[in-house]
Amino acid sequence: MSDVVNPKAAELPRLSNAYQNWYRFSRNPTAVIGAVIVVLAILAAIFAPYITPYPQHAGAVVNFRFRHLPPSGTFWFGTDDVGRDIFTRVIFGLRVSLTLALVVLGTAVPFGTIMGLIAGYFDGWTETIIMRLTDVALAIPPLVMALAVAAVLSPDLTHSMLAIAALWWTWHTRLVYSMTRQIRSQEFIEAAETLGASKFHILFREILPNCISAIAVKTSLDCGFVILVGASLSFLGLGIQPPTPDLGTMVAAGSAFLPEHWWESMMPGFAILVLALGFNLLGDGLRDLYDVQEVK
Amino acid sequence: MEFTLFLIRRILWSLLVLFGLSIVIFVIARAMPGDPARLALGPRASAEQVTQLREELGLNKPLVQQYVLYMEGLAEGDLGKSLLTRRPVNDDIRETFPATFELVLSTITIAFFLGVPLGVLASRFKDRWPDNAVRFVSILAAVTPSFFLALLLQILAGYVLHILPTTGRLPHNIGFVADMTGLVTVDALLRGRFDVFLEAWRYLLLPSIALMAATMGQIARITRSSMIDVSSQDYIEASRAFGVPEPVRLFKYMLRPSFVPPLTIMGLEFASLIGNAFVVELVFAWPGMAAYGVRTILQKDLNAVMGVVIVSGVFFVVVNLVIDALVGFVDPRVRIRGRRA
Amino acid sequence: MSESLLSIRGLNVQFSAYGRSQQVLHDVSLDVPAHSQVALVGESGSGKTVTMKAIMGLLRDPPARILSGEIRYEGRDLLKLPPRERKKLNGTEMSMVFQDPMSSLNPVFTIADQLGTILKYADRRLGRSRSGRERMARVLEVLAQVRMRDPERVAASYPVMLSGGMRQRVLIAMALLSEPKLLIADEPGTALDVTTQAQILKLLKDLVADRGLALLMITHNLGVVRETSDYVYVMNKGVVVEHAPAAELFSAPREDYTRSLIAAVPRLTGGMRFGSAGARV
Repeated sequence: MSDVVNPKAAELPRLSNAYQNWYRFSRNPTAVIGAVIVVLAILAAIFAPYITPYPQHAGAVVNFRFRHLPPSGTFWFGTDDVGRDIFTRVIFGLRVSLTLALVVLGTAVPFGTIMGLIAGYFDGWTETIIMRLTDVALAIPPLVMALAVAAVLSPDLTHSMLAIAALWWTWHTRLVYSMTRQIRSQEFIEAAETLGASKFHILFREILPNCISAIAVKTSLDCGFVILVGASLSFLGLGIQPPTPDLGTMVAAGSAFLPEHWWESMMPGFAILVLALGFNLLGDGLRDLYDVQEVK
Repeated sequence: MEFTLFLIRRILWSLLVLFGLSIVIFVIARAMPGDPARLALGPRASAEQVTQLREELGLNKPLVQQYVLYMEGLAEGDLGKSLLTRRPVNDDIRETFPATFELVLSTITIAFFLGVPLGVLASRFKDRWPDNAVRFVSILAAVTPSFFLALLLQILAGYVLHILPTTGRLPHNIGFVADMTGLVTVDALLRGRFDVFLEAWRYLLLPSIALMAATMGQIARITRSSMIDVSSQDYIEASRAFGVPEPVRLFKYMLRPSFVPPLTIMGLEFASLIGNAFVVELVFAWPGMAAYGVRTILQKDLNAVMGVVIVSGVFFVVVNLVIDALVGFVDPRVRIRGRRA
Repeated sequence: MSESLLSIRGLNVQFSAYGRSQQVLHDVSLDVPAHSQVALVGESGSGKTVTMKAIMGLLRDPPARILSGEIRYEGRDLLKLPPRERKKLNGTEMSMVFQDPMSSLNPVFTIADQLGTILKYADRRLGRSRSGRERMARVLEVLAQVRMRDPERVAASYPVMLSGGMRQRVLIAMALLSEPKLLIADEPGTALDVTTQAQILKLLKDLVADRGLALLMITHNLGVVRETSDYVYVMNKGVVVEHAPAAELFSAPREDYTRSLIAAVPRLTGGMRFGSAGARV
């Protein structure tokens, strides 16, 4: 996939604007906050075993002496119903959420982009079939699709990811499709065609680089939304199997002890919020930076 | 005339979407690994029982024939029998759908009438504090998991402040049956039971807010950007040059052309709103179709699940048709040219 | 200077963005005497549009800032008027004909609605009052003045239902609603085809002559100027480089810049000299 999504190609025409871009990004505090949240979350997830106070609590540890303890200096986010440190489990829980986003968008974005390029550049049946497929996909809530697939197969994170990815690519197809339509009619494409450039060259070297910034913005925003859908699935009991920490599952488990032991559901819930917020702020900042239109 | 053509095209589009949807659902239900009969009967049923049920359901016929049978059933409005309850899925859905409809209706109403003014406010004070506040609220609303918001609202309004009920649709002892439209608020008004109407609203409020947040944020955002877009149009500059007062410019000349994008986005986002309803209904024990869907999914009741997915799809398509008509009403370009500008 | 209807003296305007600023108007001065036709000519980016916006009070601060200068209308400095007083003049004393007929009309309201609303608030500012029916009558009257064959039908139309030339005439009607003394025209008809533009300019010229209006024509096209103006100001890079009566300017231009502008006017055979119109992308 690395030659398809070629960030260099996108940077080239923007090089002259580098000063302006940097100026605007550094003066957009929310975008910087978003970037910091995202980077910290990724680092925390990778180095979870080294930075958490009780890494063994990520497993099936039982520690009844410390059950239902409120947040304190020892247990920053409190403890759960079997006495495990919630802070530790939240940090480990980031791994599931981030993996979900990575896998879903890692498949959906390249696939959706290619389909969008093809549908936008070729007329006739190819276009009709691809775009009508995206219409159908719009009518199905990803969450419901994942639930249905889970009902048929087994309730398992891999199946949920597949189900979400199977719908999610269509959003990127719609985005890239409409951009390709606009770009296709411009003169430099006509020039390339006249000079006998191959279709492959036109799609991936002429059109795609012009879509990269819009795709980047949408992907960043999508990371947040995929994480939210995944968390909802876990909350409904279709997440990763215990004892592996999963933020949505933790909220569901903790909600049984509301409102007395509020931290058990609120802390992981808040973590999901912050993570999704980070991706959203980053995406928003990128949108301002690249001056990308709202996706319709 | 063109508008009629436009609507006819949209209806054809809807039928196409429903056809595609039925295939997707059929593929999930029948063509995936996993045996619906085995699923229905559970791991302890004998092989004979499974074979018998497979025959009963037509599962041993070729896939194409199965699809035809399935579609025939659908065409007659028959969603099959719930494998688990042995009741027709139609009955279950007919019982639960009005509650979901009522919740979704109040949700999109609140989302629209809160989101649009917030968007207008933000665009009017672009890059100043009201804009930043609205932007902050709408981003926060968009990224708050709906189950988390639902739980937060329950704690706050239910347990801390004790001002609103946290579960259900009406108190058990009120003795009111919504037997006309199925919508408690509407039926209460029709029967002149104003007390029930108010009570129903108190129950409706928290789930609506939990479900509304994300959509409201989107609408505020889109309204803001579309207002800003419109405000830089020559025709707004012209009305400024001719001294049309700002309130008229803002609420008449800018707002009306700005309505189309939030309406469109509401249609597109409607699927994810239904998705969130699954979580919200569960948290608030709302007796709707989504909660029914979650229950049946967890119990692997395939026909019921498919029924719920189909009804969600039809719901989506119908809402989008209504939105198309509204867009035509707001924007004469759609009426006259027969397509969206 | 008291004879001039509109008189600009030493106008300096600066724009700021991304922490940088640039002065776009340097010491601009010009006069529009009553009942006269004056043209302000320059390429895009010369500052003619900024000047026009400054006169109409349409510059937004930020990014624009008026550093110094005065804009006198009938002796009163518009830049020193309280906003409420300033707003009273727009559409009533001075009015503007917008450039682009495709984008200057609100697509979701009928022509009658748009003209009626403008008239209603113009009346209100002047302390006049008119019933809805009287307003409608005035709208139809003005539409007839811009030579619409069927004013009722035009009034009931949405902009998409009208051709470019008709929309441009609606924009002229819009400017005439409250019988202003000064008309500022921003390259009217540039977006139209040459023949239609010629008709529009002819119409504008006749209307101005019939009513004894003063006209300030903003344009990049000297061909347009020759047809419509008696006095010409030439702008380049925010500075008025030359001004003279039209005939004098065309026969003996002093500046190289003016000469190059004159040379750029394509001459068509048959007396029509509105070349290069419609060349906007």
